[in-house]
Amino acid sequence: MLEQVNKAVWQTSPIMDPKAPTVLELCDIRLIRDEQHLVNIPNLTIRQGAPTLIMGPNGAGKSLLLRLMHGLISPTQGRVDFDTDVQQAMVFQRPVLLRRSVAGNIDFVLKAHRIPRAVRKDRVNALLRMADLIPKARQSARTLSGGEQQRLALVRALALKPKILFLDEPTASLDPSATHAIEALIRQANDAGTKIIMVTHDPGQASRLGGEIVFLHKGQVLEQTGVSDFLTEPKSTAAKHYLAGGLLF
Amino acid sequence: MQDFASSLHSSFGMILSGDAQLWAIVLLSLRVSLTAVMIASVIGLPLGAFLAVSRFRGRQILVVMINALMGLPPVVVGLLVYLMLSNSGPLGVLQLLYTPTAMIIAQVVLITPIIAALSRQIIQVLDAEYDEQLRSIGLSRLGSIPVLLWDGRYNLLTAVLAGFGRAIAEVGAVIIVGGNINHVTRVMTTSIALETSKGNLELALALGVILLLLALIVNAAVSFIGQGARQTAYA
Ligand SMILES: Nc1ncnc2c1ncn2[C@@H]1O[C@H](COP(=O)(O)OP(=O)(O)OP(=O)(O)O)[C@@H](O)[C@H]1O
Ligand SMILES: [Mg+2]
Repeated sequence: MLEQVNKAVWQTSPIMDPKAPTVLELCDIRLIRDEQHLVNIPNLTIRQGAPTLIMGPNGAGKSLLLRLMHGLISPTQGRVDFDTDVQQAMVFQRPVLLRRSVAGNIDFVLKAHRIPRAVRKDRVNALLRMADLIPKARQSARTLSGGEQQRLALVRALALKPKILFLDEPTASLDPSATHAIEALIRQANDAGTKIIMVTHDPGQASRLGGEIVFLHKGQVLEQTGVSDFLTEPKSTAAKHYLAGGLLF
Repeated sequence: MQDFASSLHSSFGMILSGDAQLWAIVLLSLRVSLTAVMIASVIGLPLGAFLAVSRFRGRQILVVMINALMGLPPVVVGLLVYLMLSNSGPLGVLQLLYTPTAMIIAQVVLITPIIAALSRQIIQVLDAEYDEQLRSIGLSRLGSIPVLLWDGRYNLLTAVLAGFGRAIAEVGAVIIVGGNINHVTRVMTTSIALETSKGNLELALALGVILLLLALIVNAAVSFIGQGARQTAYA
């Protein structure tokens, strides 16, 4: 039964430079809970370069996939290959801010990695400036507005200059200008050499950021292709439905 | 009734005039219970946090046991500590029976499970929220204990105060291991028991009033701290 499903997986050639170094590789990954195959990915290679954007309907398993790739949950079967020396960071769908000040949230990450105090101070200030949060530095992080919390979570994730950055719908529920501010930060990180792996539901955002799309449906990768190809002519019917529904709004 | 009113009146007189005997008893009570709370916190807070974040076999049993120990009757604790400290007991050589130290030990035994069990609950809730974020940052499960203790400090303080409230108010354990010796091991609760039975209502009432005030202060502190916690926890 499962084998049949696997054969049906749409394998399109990735648009990313096939010679670019591999950042992450999923081999024969299955995540099973309560006899349900929540994630089922025979093979997925993520390469260095432009952002990898994960799209798919609610409950497709996008957040689980990010957690698997980041190593927060272990698969029932299979493995995720990546260079363990490479710094990773993640911004969750619901950002978790510590019960500390805005600056304290960033400082905490640096302290946890034993960055000397003198360096920390400058780094915290630079990141607060990036997030436009300097005036709120001393405020309790959990009193920030939703958009400010997202910005803080993002620059906190950037604090250690990660080589891989996982973002789970970082602009969901943000107003257009806040969305653009976050996208600017993401682009900046991408240009600085950070591999962005990001979940989004927004086709407009996907085309603004560029890169490749990984389309997930019921825990399976149905497509891995360039953003414009995906948006103009999705191959799978599931993606067609997803985009048609999405574009109606 | 006339009796009671006049007793109450003179007991307030004792409190306000700074009656030496009265305040010696109050201070000893505070010294014993505050020391016990400090020791119990040093053991109970990390223990509770450890139980909240660790995943070892038998953890659940330990959690149930500590929860059950929260309800230990003070007289039983007194009896057990007495058996340990009495001349024929394993710790008899230390000659601690009928000293304030013995009372501190008994109260530590009594309230460590309370502080550990309450802080386990508090930390577990916080950990459910923090776990993935902290692991993402690169902290191990055990490495996250200091963070959880620090960020949960307001709520944890209520656990500590609950322990203090229990320690200062209990009579069964300290009377057994302390012996209620005048000027040595006589604390508020044991004095109240003794003075009431002797008919010396003034001192008993004065101590009762102070004990009540302490309970009020502790409760006010708990709700005040609770507000602080809600503010920092503001989501
Ligand atoms: N621990 C778990 N046990 C059982 N089922 C789970 C567990 N965690 C997630 N799921 C299920 O797995 C599915 C995928 O969840 P996931 O959070 O990855 O969805 P998603 O693609 O991120 O959706 P959304 O767009 O709504 O964020 C959901 O149906 C969810 O109920
Ligand atoms: Mg999700």
